[in-house]
Amino acid sequence: MKKQIANWGNYPVMESEEESFVFADQLAELVKKEQSFIPRGNGRCYGDASLSERTISTLKFDKILSFNTNTGVFECQSGITLDQILIVIVPQGWFLPVTPGTKFITIGGALGSDVHGKNHHVDGSISSHIIEMEVVLASGEIIVCSLDSYPDLFEATLGGMGLTGIISRVKFRLKKIETSYIRQKQIKAENLQELIGLFDEYNKYTYSVAWIDCLKKGEHFGRSILMLGEHALIAELDEEKKKDPLKLPANKQIAFPFNLPSWVLNKFTVKVFNFLYYGKNFKKEINNIVSYEPFFYPLDKVLHWNRGYGKNGFIQYQFVLPLDAKQGLIEILQRISSEGLGSFLAVLKVFGKQESMISFPKEGYTLALDFPVRKGLMPFLDELDALVLKYKGRLYMSKDARMKPEVLKAGYPELEKFKSIIKKYNPDGKIRSVQSDRLHLTTPE
Amino acid sequence: METVLILGATSDIAIAIAKKFASQKYNIQLAARKPEQLEAVQSDIKIRYGVDCSVHAFDALQYHTHNLFFEGLAPKPDITISIFGIMDEEEDAFNNWELTQRMINTNYTGAVSILNIAAKYYIGRKQGAIIGISSVAGDRGRASKLIYGSSKAAFNAYLAGLRNKCFKGNVHVMTVKPGFVYTRMTENMPLPKPLTSTTAQVADIVYGGFEKKKNVIYVKWFWRYIMLIIKNIPEFQFKKMKL
Repeated sequence: MKKQIANWGNYPVMESEEESFVFADQLAELVKKEQSFIPRGNGRCYGDASLSERTISTLKFDKILSFNTNTGVFECQSGITLDQILIVIVPQGWFLPVTPGTKFITIGGALGSDVHGKNHHVDGSISSHIIEMEVVLASGEIIVCSLDSYPDLFEATLGGMGLTGIISRVKFRLKKIETSYIRQKQIKAENLQELIGLFDEYNKYTYSVAWIDCLKKGEHFGRSILMLGEHALIAELDEEKKKDPLKLPANKQIAFPFNLPSWVLNKFTVKVFNFLYYGKNFKKEINNIVSYEPFFYPLDKVLHWNRGYGKNGFIQYQFVLPLDAKQGLIEILQRISSEGLGSFLAVLKVFGKQESMISFPKEGYTLALDFPVRKGLMPFLDELDALVLKYKGRLYMSKDARMKPEVLKAGYPELEKFKSIIKKYNPDGKIRSVQSDRLHLTTPE
Repeated sequence: METVLILGATSDIAIAIAKKFASQKYNIQLAARKPEQLEAVQSDIKIRYGVDCSVHAFDALQYHTHNLFFEGLAPKPDITISIFGIMDEEEDAFNNWELTQRMINTNYTGAVSILNIAAKYYIGRKQGAIIGISSVAGDRGRASKLIYGSSKAAFNAYLAGLRNKCFKGNVHVMTVKPGFVYTRMTENMPLPKPLTSTTAQVADIVYGGFEKKKNVIYVKWFWRYIMLIIKNIPEFQFKKMKL
């Protein structure tokens, strides 16, 4: 059935024919039958990556295949969401090795985007924890790949935006935990300089991320809150929590009921929001024990929070700059601050080293910002792209809906190799998305 | 722990119902024509809910195997849920006796064959429950659901009779009549959103009805009133309508 689909940014929106499957034999049949398609999970990438006129949804292919509670090896079909995995593993004393800021993504999508989390500088991205995965190629052929078997397919599928085939099964390693709680530390930084110093000072923390108020100018430019965390040990819990140290958080959610009119978000309201957010931390430093949910997934509490940006949608702009490009970070933030196009969330994180073919993370600073779609935004983002490239950075394809193919090419030195592997496993470009066509990954340059 | 037998376990609704009962700590027996498809569902149920789950071969059309199939179940199920059924294109079925016969024999004859066996067992031990997943399409015959609707009408009548027969034996029989449901079978049909249920909603309602020992439940509830209206349209009028 044709239906309107969009990813989390609600931009772009398009009509698509969606088909799903419950059993493996149905998947092979579907793949052979379709003229062209892109695999699609929960639609939580932001731009046009999992959009196409025809999509194959993995959401009904969501079964858990094995879980060794002694070794923490977990195997499942690709359509299961992280949220469902957590419900099963946390009470057994295990956690996701890497999690992004939402738990409402499928594991297949997590691999296709090679997601990172607050622990990237310690644990790398999700790809470092994968033992093997099964990929259904455009021809319908099923291949199990790992570092040792079909390593080219393995590497190009991790972060490969679904273009090599449909990830159908994943086997990965979980992380051992004593409790479901996080020992959290929040520190206020007066400006960007202080924040960068704090990141260095606290780099031993497993989890770290900062929230920046990018509308502040002058001496408070880059005013921010650094959030650090460790999985809490039983000994660190109070008596009440000790009774059930692996307790799952209560499932309370509120939903954003409608699209906010786009005028609601303006320089003034964002300033007020940022002021309140910063002001809620009264003290310079807060130390407490919280459930994993508010620590990792603060926004999941508000279902459909993306509606807050209005019906025109928004672009989340995420880039990474090398560690020595602090000046670039300042320049880009200043550019955003002077333009005043508004951003609820500006999230800064330090990436550790990572060698991969097409994954986004590499050592340096990554910043993510939201911009409501409005007149003048696209040319402005093109200007930001030029700055990102000037400082040898690159953009995250999972957030992208508008970058030009040259920008991708300049940012990813192994792009040609990636393209040649797509050609090998998806020779006719049968598996393609609006994004892959736009970026010339499945269309000629 | 009690055990639930799910007949026709490969459908989306069946999987949702199996998960619902498993989440309430029932052991699950999944039976289907292609049991090899159910390995993943089996591991999923075991791991998610920490209950036992087994897979069995069952073909509704092979009536002569039904006794042996039921005998072979260990343990014997405390609750038997019959979900299997097929819905072919009515126009194709109308023009092809093979298809018509297969639909009737699956949806009605096959169901009667296996449920008779289960009912005898339950009456014998004066304990047990049978749940039949039928359809609102069985409430009144109409052109667009000619064969499917009549097979479900027969199934409804059978379940009502069985409920009557089993009552004294302390065996409860529940009829479930879903309206539109979002499943893989219906994903290419434009369904009216307010009238359509998800498989998880069907499963919740079935479980709730079972707990309260309901006789006949509609999913969702307002289908009872929609069907009441449809049932009350005079035949001279009804026969002219396009439904």
